[in-house]
Amino acid sequence: MTTRRDFIRASAVGAAASVAGMTLPPRLAEAAAQATPGELKWSKAPCRFCGTGCGVSVAVQDNRVVATHGDPEAEVNRGLNCVKGYFLSKIMYGADRLTTPLLRKKDGQFSKDGDFVPVSWDEAFDVMAAQFKRVLKEKGGTGIGMAGSGQWTVWEGYAANKLMKAGFRSNHLDPNARHCMALAVMGFMRTFGIDEPMGCYDDFEAADAFVLWGSNMAEMHPILWTRVTDRRLSHPHVKVAVLSTFEHRSFDLADIPIIFKPQTDLVILNYIANHIIREGKVNEDFVRKHVSFKRGNDDIGYGLRPDNPLEVKARNAKDPGGGQPIDFDAFAKFVEPYTLDYAAEMSGVEKGWLRHLAELYADPKVKVMSLWTMGFNQHTRGTWANNMVYNIHLLTGKISTPGNSPFSLTGQPSACGTAREVGTFSHRLPADLVVTNPEHRRHAEEIWKIPHGTIVDKVGYHIVEQNRMLKDGKLNAYWVMANNNMQAAANLNEEGYPGYRNPDNFIVVSDPYPTVTAQAADLILPTAMWVEKEGAYGNAERRTQFWHQLVKAPGEARSDLWQLMEFSKRFTTDECWSAELLAANPAYKGKTLFDVLFRNGKVDRFPVGDVEAGYDNDEAKVFGFYPQKGLFEEYAEFGRGHGHDLAPFDQYHKARGLRWPVVNGRETRWRFKEGSDPYVKPGSDWQFYGNKDGRAVIWALPYEPPAEAPDAEYDLWLVTGRVLEHWHSGSMTMRVPELYKAFPAAVVFMNPDDAKARGLKRGDEVKVISRRGEMRSRVETRGRNRVPCGLVFVPWFDAGQLINKSTLDATCPISKQTDFKKCAVKVVMA
Amino acid sequence: MRSAISSLLALTLALGGCGSGHEEVPGKSPDDPVVITNAGQQIDAMRRGVPIDKEASPPPMARVENFDRPRPVNYEMQPPTIPHAIDNYQLTVNTNRCMLCHTRSNAVKFQAPPVSENHYVTREGKVLEQISSRRYFCVQCHVVQTDAPPLVDNNFKGIEISSTGEAAR
Repeated sequence: MTTRRDFIRASAVGAAASVAGMTLPPRLAEAAAQATPGELKWSKAPCRFCGTGCGVSVAVQDNRVVATHGDPEAEVNRGLNCVKGYFLSKIMYGADRLTTPLLRKKDGQFSKDGDFVPVSWDEAFDVMAAQFKRVLKEKGGTGIGMAGSGQWTVWEGYAANKLMKAGFRSNHLDPNARHCMALAVMGFMRTFGIDEPMGCYDDFEAADAFVLWGSNMAEMHPILWTRVTDRRLSHPHVKVAVLSTFEHRSFDLADIPIIFKPQTDLVILNYIANHIIREGKVNEDFVRKHVSFKRGNDDIGYGLRPDNPLEVKARNAKDPGGGQPIDFDAFAKFVEPYTLDYAAEMSGVEKGWLRHLAELYADPKVKVMSLWTMGFNQHTRGTWANNMVYNIHLLTGKISTPGNSPFSLTGQPSACGTAREVGTFSHRLPADLVVTNPEHRRHAEEIWKIPHGTIVDKVGYHIVEQNRMLKDGKLNAYWVMANNNMQAAANLNEEGYPGYRNPDNFIVVSDPYPTVTAQAADLILPTAMWVEKEGAYGNAERRTQFWHQLVKAPGEARSDLWQLMEFSKRFTTDECWSAELLAANPAYKGKTLFDVLFRNGKVDRFPVGDVEAGYDNDEAKVFGFYPQKGLFEEYAEFGRGHGHDLAPFDQYHKARGLRWPVVNGRETRWRFKEGSDPYVKPGSDWQFYGNKDGRAVIWALPYEPPAEAPDAEYDLWLVTGRVLEHWHSGSMTMRVPELYKAFPAAVVFMNPDDAKARGLKRGDEVKVISRRGEMRSRVETRGRNRVPCGLVFVPWFDAGQLINKSTLDATCPISKQTDFKKCAVKVVMA
Repeated sequence: MRSAISSLLALTLALGGCGSGHEEVPGKSPDDPVVITNAGQQIDAMRRGVPIDKEASPPPMARVENFDRPRPVNYEMQPPTIPHAIDNYQLTVNTNRCMLCHTRSNAVKFQAPPVSENHYVTREGKVLEQISSRRYFCVQCHVVQTDAPPLVDNNFKGIEISSTGEAAR
């Protein structure tokens, strides 16, 4: 892309970038600028970490990444990175990168209780295929499952979707995004009938108020936080409200700081709706033209195993997503009990703050951006919470215009792009289609050029259920890619670990590093990461971003895409599809899955020569065609003309990302609004076209208690989460010395009074014990988080301290997403 | 750590059977005890050799290095780590303790490195007298370092300067 000189010029700051007292030798900068072509090459890539999707400039020399900067041309971050982003250059170089497949063996044979031994890819795939075929014979596709990722590139997720749902005819494919975004998806689908935010990051520079509903953006979305900070500090009228169950770094910018009791965000949301109605601040014209009302089913359970007493007694456990149409008056009556007094009593928040918060939404002159992440999404009533925040934006018509933006932030780099848009969930197909709809299946089968009836019509196991089914012996061949679910999933002791180590099961883990999950596997496949392959991610504002392969992966490590496609060569349709399906479609008999899924005349239609000159593409070399381009163009058929339009493949290698729908070469910044969204019918002003009637739904939903709350024995709330320096399970950031040394180990953030009452002081070793298991850690009474009495916060990045032994695998029954923010524990001296 | 092979144990654990909602698939009966083959060999350095189903004593709390000696950086625009403790530093809307010393006008007086000039440039590329408010919260990029010894080496190498043959690290 750019030369070093362009880069410096474009950034307008590069020449003075050094920090006094710690500059590099001046000759370094000169050498960098004067390097002969090919010696030091700068290219663009999106960051490997969160869903913000910052642009990064990557310098490569002698097949190694030698430097990374914030990309000054990237609209998202304009030259900035957070501390993780600035150290991206090091994530691929941990000394324990996996460079060869490892198989558990005893006496030269695969054995579940064997030790890991290096094997060739051929042997690895031979053993793996034999195990998958054993399961196919015993149970068919329903015995096969896969845990995928919002860190997969778009085409890797798409290839996996085809391999599982069409090839193995199993819908037991689910991404780790189930743990973070499933609930946002269901929130969008229930209110708007179409997934993903209507607004975009441009809202940051237009809003008058920001409300953080359960998001610590200062640490988890630092670059977006710089945009909030910039707006707040350079425009004094701007207000920032921060809501959380404990005080964290985002409170440093808060004008309205609110610490509420866990689960009572539901009460606060209904109070705000009630306030808007009582004060006569409903945007009546908007509501009349663009909104409909529904009352949702209540008493819906907690997504636990069906025989759990909480599920048995829940009236609507079998239909958690249902509801009936109502009108505005019924809605007003529904929220009437949620008075200021009631909200203050339930939440423990002072009335003044609550009223102040409600007024931000009620005042028609204030443009409000609501932001949320895991505080909302990891919540047994979180789909409701998502619906309820849309309620207050819809009541006031504060939506889809610059600065008026209910905005669901994203945790993974491609939770939107791969998990959601490609539809790698157990109920989904690309572009918001679902496996339970015969029309949708038919459409997918046509695009995939496979016989009608191939895609199974039942929702598969979601990722939480997958662990349960592994333990119960119903899922027996399991492939984990681009995630660390043994560390990430709740209730490790009772579900995850017994599931993986069940002798009936064969577990394969593809990863660049030996993670906790890899350690629990039977076969480990070494995996290429980030710029070791050509990729595409989709960020939280619908921006699709591409990058080229910039370096080779170490040793025998191969991309997930290569693994998926190569493995498919080892299966024929006769082994995977039913006799009836093949009898009705004899042309497919005897073909390999590779032939059917990837050599279908579409995926293989672009030649190797289409790869941009100057860049490697190891997969194209192996397969003899340009698979990334073929997969992308086939995938894009799903969305073009249906509100999910993607630009032509090559355009993304030039642009710093484009926000879909991209229609006639133009991206869309605000959906559902006439003038900015080409899909809105002229004259309709707003049109929520995801729903047939063009109206968004306001849902009447109540407060309901959490699945578990502190009692006399387990007397503390346990909240888990992250820290700035580490990304998710830490498999990359714990291997970067600067990030590791900044925050080397998990601690238990505890109120000093709670510590004192237990005879504990800072640094003491403790056990965090729940009804399910325990974790050992150390008490922290100072530092960046200040927790109230009765609550502890423990980050989950540390593989050495597995807090998910203590968490509860209760989920939102609508979205099946786990609540990692609320369970009951006790903390005792170890 | 990959070579650290611990003994293998095949344990049979009764963890209490649980029912299932998917009756149509053959599987175990809820009353069958759950059998586990333990993952013997420990390969994850982050677990410090401790099996997944065990929890060991955590390392002692690391101390923040407080030497005031700047550490080298690997390349331009890599934010220098903070070489001193920042306990009780106020960093809020009204107060920025870091800038007391690191602002250009005070840096000499406090013998502190002034923040880089790029910190005075706005998102739109305008150069300001004061640091840009998008750079206001210093700790989003600059972090302290503790004395915790890394669990795994990192083989990153910086830019090689071919003209002099010297490494840039």
